[in-house]
Amino acid sequence: MLLALLALALVASVLALPSLLSVWSGWQKRRAGQRLRTPRRERLEFHDPGRERRAEQRARELLRSCVNGEEWAMYRDLGFIRVVGKLRPVDPANGEPAYAYLVYPHRPIVAYVPKTRRLLSEYCVEFPDLTRAISHSRLPDSDDVLAKWMALTGDEERLIRNANMHLPGRQIDPGRVRRDLWRLAEWERQRRGSDSFEARPT
Amino acid sequence: MKPGYGEVLLAEGDPSTQEDEERLVEEFRRQLDEGMWAAVPTVAPGTCRREAQMVRDFTEIPPDAERVIFFPRAAGG
Repeated sequence: MLLALLALALVASVLALPSLLSVWSGWQKRRAGQRLRTPRRERLEFHDPGRERRAEQRARELLRSCVNGEEWAMYRDLGFIRVVGKLRPVDPANGEPAYAYLVYPHRPIVAYVPKTRRLLSEYCVEFPDLTRAISHSRLPDSDDVLAKWMALTGDEERLIRNANMHLPGRQIDPGRVRRDLWRLAEWERQRRGSDSFEARPT
Repeated sequence: MKPGYGEVLLAEGDPSTQEDEERLVEEFRRQLDEGMWAAVPTVAPGTCRREAQMVRDFTEIPPDAERVIFFPRAAGG
């Protein structure tokens, strides 16, 4: 009886062998396809949760070493930097700039009139990884701000030419920008009295 | 500036020596060929305001510049 059962199991195994081979082959093909679709570099790259934090720390130090002391304090305290636009002359009567920008990390640059706090436009700009060395990664926040600051202070016209211009409110809530301008005015008032463009009564 | 990593030191040296200068020029050109923009943090003439000077050629780098920062070219977002 036992011998008969063993023989039956053997026959069943032989009969099922082609089906098992077919399933195995299909699984191998699917796995090979996935490997082909995934770049080798991406497969080898392991997620390091501390890498972005370390990168941001380095970026903050770099930003601090490049911008003015007031701009650094502004970024540290408020989360954005104001850069004065230079494509139009300042008001000769009071030295006020015709317009300025608010530079946020990984958000559009917002142009506005300091005297009236009227929002002019949003400039959507990014600094993509052209070498594609690291996929799906972007500059640390402070590096993004520094890149915008360098491009605006170094060659404002070229940066604006490369950006996509939109009306205010496309990506950043105008209410938030107005609140930020109010925060900036209060911040400057506390730092140096009422001598800022935004702090002056309109 | 390298996406995902932040600041990375590419090359350093004394441009007054020929060997270092050649190495710096080579790295400068390589970065620009890869589509990066180059900027030198400076102080605006006649003021104490800091700003950046964009450079497109190694000869445009001010002689007293301590560093050149390369960052990805801006594109419309």
